Amino acid sequence: MPRTIQEINEKIKQGKVAVVTAEEMTGIVKKKGVEKAYQEVDVVTTGTFGPMCSSGMYLNIGSTKPRIKIGGGTCTLNGVPAYGAFAAADIYVGAAQLPPDDPRNTIHPGAFRYGGGHVIEEFAAGKDVALEVATYGTDCYPRKTLKSWLNIKAVNEAVLFNLRNSYQNYNVGVNLSDKAIYTYMGILKPRLGNANYCSAGVLSPLLNDPLYRTIGIGSRIFLGGGVGFVAWQGTQHNPSVPRTKREVPTRPAGALCVIGDLKGMDTRYLRGVSMHGYGTSLGVGIGIPIPILDEEMALFTSVADEDILAPIVDYSKAYPEAKPDILGEVSYKDLRSGRITVDDKEVPTGPISSFSKAREIAQVLKERIKKGEFALTEPVEKLPGKESGITFKAFHERPV
Amino acid sequence: MISRRVVLHFPSELIDQPIISSIVKRHNLEFNILKASIAPPEGGLLVLELQGGKKDVHEALAFLKELNIKIENLSRDVTRKDDACVHCGVCVAICPSDALVLNTMNWEVDFLADKCVACELCVKACPYAAMEVRL
Repeated sequence: MPRTIQEINEKIKQGKVAVVTAEEMTGIVKKKGVEKAYQEVDVVTTGTFGPMCSSGMYLNIGSTKPRIKIGGGTCTLNGVPAYGAFAAADIYVGAAQLPPDDPRNTIHPGAFRYGGGHVIEEFAAGKDVALEVATYGTDCYPRKTLKSWLNIKAVNEAVLFNLRNSYQNYNVGVNLSDKAIYTYMGILKPRLGNANYCSAGVLSPLLNDPLYRTIGIGSRIFLGGGVGFVAWQGTQHNPSVPRTKREVPTRPAGALCVIGDLKGMDTRYLRGVSMHGYGTSLGVGIGIPIPILDEEMALFTSVADEDILAPIVDYSKAYPEAKPDILGEVSYKDLRSGRITVDDKEVPTGPISSFSKAREIAQVLKERIKKGEFALTEPVEKLPGKESGITFKAFHERPV
Repeated sequence: MISRRVVLHFPSELIDQPIISSIVKRHNLEFNILKASIAPPEGGLLVLELQGGKKDVHEALAFLKELNIKIENLSRDVTRKDDACVHCGVCVAICPSDALVLNTMNWEVDFLADKCVACELCVKACPYAAMEVRL
């Protein structure tokens, strides 16, 4: 008999729900088998924390006196440009935005000390940020300039809205060239000096629900310490990549577009990021509960690091030139051992994704569910799966 | 045999003298230069690992002190802002001296200051600006 989400939520209300983390579930299934694990476990919690560049926040600042129309003008927060081309008082700032005077990579590699990701962290932390607006006047919005401190407590809405987070699997970045390179996968030392990877592996949300059976549009999630929801599939959502027998994708595959109230978030799980020589980003913590509806979900959530294979990609040539070549596949078990072998060379590995924070998030979410503070949701709509035929499109360039 | 990692601040009037060479010869020391910069008129900066007999290393350092060279222990100069570190571990593969290691029990990054050679690679590599080097 399959279990329903209503039944699980009833158990949560009564304080009788059995919740374990995805890491614990792997051990339970190994020890007791899928059937027993399904009978014993209602919910598996996942977690991940890493730089997620396609993140941003939007705000509504309220009405100034006299009124000002940001739409059509320009706007900055702590000197970082915010997108204001909505109506009068809505702005959006992306994690990768930089102040106009940032030297970027003029002297390579640039430091990228402060950008949109840092603005979001400071704003979420309750710090005042400097808002500057310059625009044109209209009969109904006569004011043309505004320079004021802005605080999260004083704005109408502050919402984290991320277009692509929580990637299902990711590349392992290496460098085959003779000089160090500075990438979004970190600093990659020459001649296979290191290999950087970026997934929470055994704890990663979409690797525990590889066919998007329970995580879908409308799913309530842990987002940046507060509550969020899956709004849509992430951009570049690519469900049709090759998969292992247990449906684990062996290439970057699905992704989530997520949304949540920034006012309820905690900067322990929301951090400005500076990637040397690359740019700024936002470190985001996400946790997703997975209902164990049947034995298949028990099997899926028992995925172990050795079941997850990631492609090794040369970021000095293959990646920048958008070539599909890979140098092989490596398991998360091997990546976590600290050393992998590439082209007969032993290469030290470095994670970009924080496993200790992923563990902490899965644990916090587990406690919230046990205490009855966090209920599960039935997705309103499914994310496109491998049957959708959706594949990642390369840019088709047509000279103008 | 002992090994000391030190930061030496040279006054500008000494930068043209073969001081390190003479202490190395006189006290039979081995040395490894970790970082060096000379910027007159401020003087010079040398980050050095000295290896040798306990007495020899101490006498050599005492001699440097007499010459008005300011000596600091290296480990003090590299710090981690623990509240900024998210323990991702991206610094671990970049650290050439195993001063940053992932503890596989709790998956947190341990910073072993006594192994640090102050190369500053982690300062650049840390996405969260958690590593600070003050020389």
